[in-house]
Amino acid sequence: MRLTLRIWRQHDTDAPGGMATYDVDGISPDMSFLEMLDTLNERLTVEGEDPVAFDHDCREGICGACSLVINGEAHGPERTTSCQLHMRSFRDGDTIDVEPWRAAAFPVVRDLVVDRAAFDRIIQSGGYVSVPTGSAPEAHATPVPKAAADSAFEHAECIGCGACVAACPNGSAMLFTSAKVNHLNVLPQGAPERETRVLDMVAQMDAEGFGGCTLTGECATACPKGIPLTSITAMNKEWLRATRKVPRS
Amino acid sequence: MARTVWGSTVGKKAVMAVSGLVMLLYLVVHMFGNLKIFFGPGTFDGYAHWLRTLGEPFLHYEWALWIIRVGLVAAVVAHGVCAYQLSRRDLRSRPVGYVRPRARSSYATRTMRWGGVILALFIVWHILDLTTGTVQRGFVPGHPYHNVVAAFHDWWNNVFYIAAVLALGLHVRHGFWSAAQTLGAGSPTRDRVLKGTANVLALVLTAGFVAVPVGVMTGLVS
Repeated sequence: MRLTLRIWRQHDTDAPGGMATYDVDGISPDMSFLEMLDTLNERLTVEGEDPVAFDHDCREGICGACSLVINGEAHGPERTTSCQLHMRSFRDGDTIDVEPWRAAAFPVVRDLVVDRAAFDRIIQSGGYVSVPTGSAPEAHATPVPKAAADSAFEHAECIGCGACVAACPNGSAMLFTSAKVNHLNVLPQGAPERETRVLDMVAQMDAEGFGGCTLTGECATACPKGIPLTSITAMNKEWLRATRKVPRS
Repeated sequence: MARTVWGSTVGKKAVMAVSGLVMLLYLVVHMFGNLKIFFGPGTFDGYAHWLRTLGEPFLHYEWALWIIRVGLVAAVVAHGVCAYQLSRRDLRSRPVGYVRPRARSSYATRTMRWGGVILALFIVWHILDLTTGTVQRGFVPGHPYHNVVAAFHDWWNNVFYIAAVLALGLHVRHGFWSAAQTLGAGSPTRDRVLKGTANVLALVLTAGFVAVPVGVMTGLVS
């Protein structure tokens, strides 16, 4: 396959950026999108140019590192991660635009790499359960209803890639935060911190400068793990419940 | 608690949802009241008079109406202030846009902000036109039937009115369903019912409000 790539190049956070055009040839339809970028980078390195910086790790669609907006869509045209997107989803001769996630809370580090530490700080604010140290508890000591286990698992599938933020017209992190809140709030292990978790995580989300939710549904459409839009509804319910239960200044 | 709600994007959306539902409830009542115009001047003017005597003798003349008006102004202000603040925040959250933006979401969803602004401007005009009569030639206080017929004799007034009602229908279509999600009332099993209710409300309100200027234009109401 022969392709024309238009890629966002930016040396660092403060440097001005712009789209640069590259022609690539000899691309196999069986290559992943990242392998196609590797091919380009090998050539750029040989030619003495700076390779295109992009985030990647497992390349199995489970780590959440890759973060490319391809032709205006987070992770490209298929409902998966960029590393699991294959070039057969494109046609020979296509022009493909590749951009980083765009959000004030995700500053560009270089080229297509953005800083997603804002997500880590949301997790730190409440995405955990407090467990007393000591010997491991008996696995069956806390019964978990099947429905709760299923719901927790559905939300636990979130890999924190940030496609929801990238796709949202408001740059909102509601789908990510709701997946993390619901994952623990539906489980008995998460019950002791149920109220403070949702209040603190939503407060941190707001403090990071993400936009608000207008329920356009773009996040759930873009999510490679299929976190449903109703996850946000469930978090709203938890949040409203918590404001009635916890007296806060 | 009040500070937590007002200080959070989730809380501000809840304020918008509640104030929006208050206004929606008012609109349903308002629409049914309007339709009384098809039963003639006696029924319509009588209904308008009854609204002023509502709650008597516990309340004085027009008190119930003023209580409703104060509640509505509070709802409109709360809804508008939250929308303004949240929109400002949303626009700030993506300072650099995409080179290739794609067509996002449904028409009703995309027009919520400008549709809301159009509705706010329309409400001001609507009150000056049919409540105070400030902008209407030949306005007779206490004779709403006469005033409605006179107002809808101007074609441009009809165009503005119908455009605003269409904007209202779109606003309600996304707004009602959204309010349910914001208040945590949505669920995967209830989604079809909520979307259906939103569509029915939007259609009924649009048809009910458009019926009045159409009635005047076709001479059914004169």
